[in-house]
Amino acid sequence: MKSTLRRKLPRLLRYPAANIGLLLVAIYLIVAVFAGVLAPYSPIEQRAADRLQEPGAHHLFGTDEFGRDILSRLMHGASSSLRIALFAVGLATLIGTAIGMLSGYAGGIADNAIMRVMDLFFAFPAILLALSIVAALGPGATNTILAIAVVYTPIFARVARGPVLAIKEMEFVAAARCVGSNHLQILTRHILPNMVAPIIVQVSLALSWAMLTEAALSFLGLGTQPPQPSWGSMLSESRRMMEIAPWMAISPGLAIMLGVLGFNLLGDGLRDALDPRLRM
Amino acid sequence: MQRFILQRLVALVPTLFGISIIVFLVMRLIPGDTISAMIGTQYKLTEVQAASLRAYFGLDKSLPEQYWIWITNALQGNFGFSVRSGQPVLGEILNRFPLTLELALGAVIVGLLIGLPVGILSAVKRDSFLDLFGRLFSLVGLALPNFWLGTIIILVLSLYLGILPNSGNYVEFTQNPLLNLQQILFPAITLGLAFSASVMRATRSSLLEELFQDYARTARGKGLREQAVIVGHCLKNALIPVITLVGVEMGYLLGGAIVVEEVYALPGVGRLLLNGISQRDYAVVQGAVIFIAFNFVIINLLADLAYAFVNPRIRYE
Repeated sequence: MKSTLRRKLPRLLRYPAANIGLLLVAIYLIVAVFAGVLAPYSPIEQRAADRLQEPGAHHLFGTDEFGRDILSRLMHGASSSLRIALFAVGLATLIGTAIGMLSGYAGGIADNAIMRVMDLFFAFPAILLALSIVAALGPGATNTILAIAVVYTPIFARVARGPVLAIKEMEFVAAARCVGSNHLQILTRHILPNMVAPIIVQVSLALSWAMLTEAALSFLGLGTQPPQPSWGSMLSESRRMMEIAPWMAISPGLAIMLGVLGFNLLGDGLRDALDPRLRM
Repeated sequence: MQRFILQRLVALVPTLFGISIIVFLVMRLIPGDTISAMIGTQYKLTEVQAASLRAYFGLDKSLPEQYWIWITNALQGNFGFSVRSGQPVLGEILNRFPLTLELALGAVIVGLLIGLPVGILSAVKRDSFLDLFGRLFSLVGLALPNFWLGTIIILVLSLYLGILPNSGNYVEFTQNPLLNLQQILFPAITLGLAFSASVMRATRSSLLEELFQDYARTARGKGLREQAVIVGHCLKNALIPVITLVGVEMGYLLGGAIVVEEVYALPGVGRLLLNGISQRDYAVVQGAVIFIAFNFVIINLLADLAYAFVNPRIRYE
């Protein structure tokens, strides 16, 4: 499997759009991971003397109504956005893939029952389901992670189940069974490695959606809570100051857009490189 | 076709039942005591007061019992009363739904008006400058958060053009159509732009596929002009997947409307839901969530039926 991935992944570099995606994601990751080092100011320290400064040499993207440096808040916002997106998508990938694999492998009534339950989650607009869960659990980063994970788990279950249905009928699985492999060994050693490609593609696309949802929930006041910076809440705060500090509204939105665009382009590129049959 | 419709309607029952269970259970995720959550922290209740309120709202019963009472009431149109306004939840939702529906429909119109021509041009002039522009447009459109787009539109309109979207005192279409359309225009553009990117993508890829089919080659072979091949033959087939997309996305637009209504301060179901969340008015939250989810499912069903209507192959599968 590793050799297949190693063979197919370099194809990604053949797609110019995927390269741009890779670059955007790399910038996002570097900024998010090293925000503490790269940010010129504290993201939460308030400086009354620097209130509502226009973008300039000292504050590249200006400051907000509390005198906080917007660039520093953007950088730390990238960290919280990445943390939430990674945990949420990681959780959904683990649980969703496990459910999808077990369901597809078991087949019959169990498969039917599990997938019908999963289908129910598709009967909600994704943002509505995430919003309801956060509304019930209460606002905050941890509950945002849980909400996004719940929304994405059925999607991973569906993505994982399809390949299992095909792979479990193949000769090498029958051969593994003949030499005495148990169900767990068959699932983890023989089936899982052959279905990594669609899951990797889905992870990239899910990360972009998770970023967008985290930003939307924070914009609505339900995601990351102040004073911790989040791109969504920064945008929401900018609306109060729109007429006197329009710069506050530009950079957080641009950051969200470029991050989402990066993961979308990377996801499309990965799909074309790893699994061209899924191409739209 | 009648059998197909009947099958789909029957399949709808367990889905709606399942949705009601999920919504009911999600609302029971509220940590701690629901009564304290509703009352807030400013009032302190005695044990007796809390117990009598719990009994009044039926919260002292088992979960299956609570569900049974709630669903039987809901089936009779009783979604409970808003804790804040004292009004029936269903009435509040129905009062606001025309606006949400109008917004979603407006977004569909905006999406089709932009997405279809850009998609068609992009496919017909493949690999040209126009195509590049179209593809860029769809990439950016899909990544653009609607709450940012809305904010920027308001910023540009109010700060640089001196026009306010004027959505504060919403006027219904029947009262003043012109003012209503003026109020809904920018929110619909905000909500519809990402949809137009999806429409563009679907139209382009679907039309590209059709342009190279045997029947298109035959049409060209018998001497038809390219325009006639595209409009008369390929486009009809290419639009079939777009119809499905419209149906599916229309449902998602209902979800997206929640955010856009908040951005433009429009009093729709989405804003009712958000106010319900911030005011801990759980009957309103529960009612609004289930109402939007039901509409989402019904719109998807209508999309399925429309798809089967224009594409007979589906009906006989």
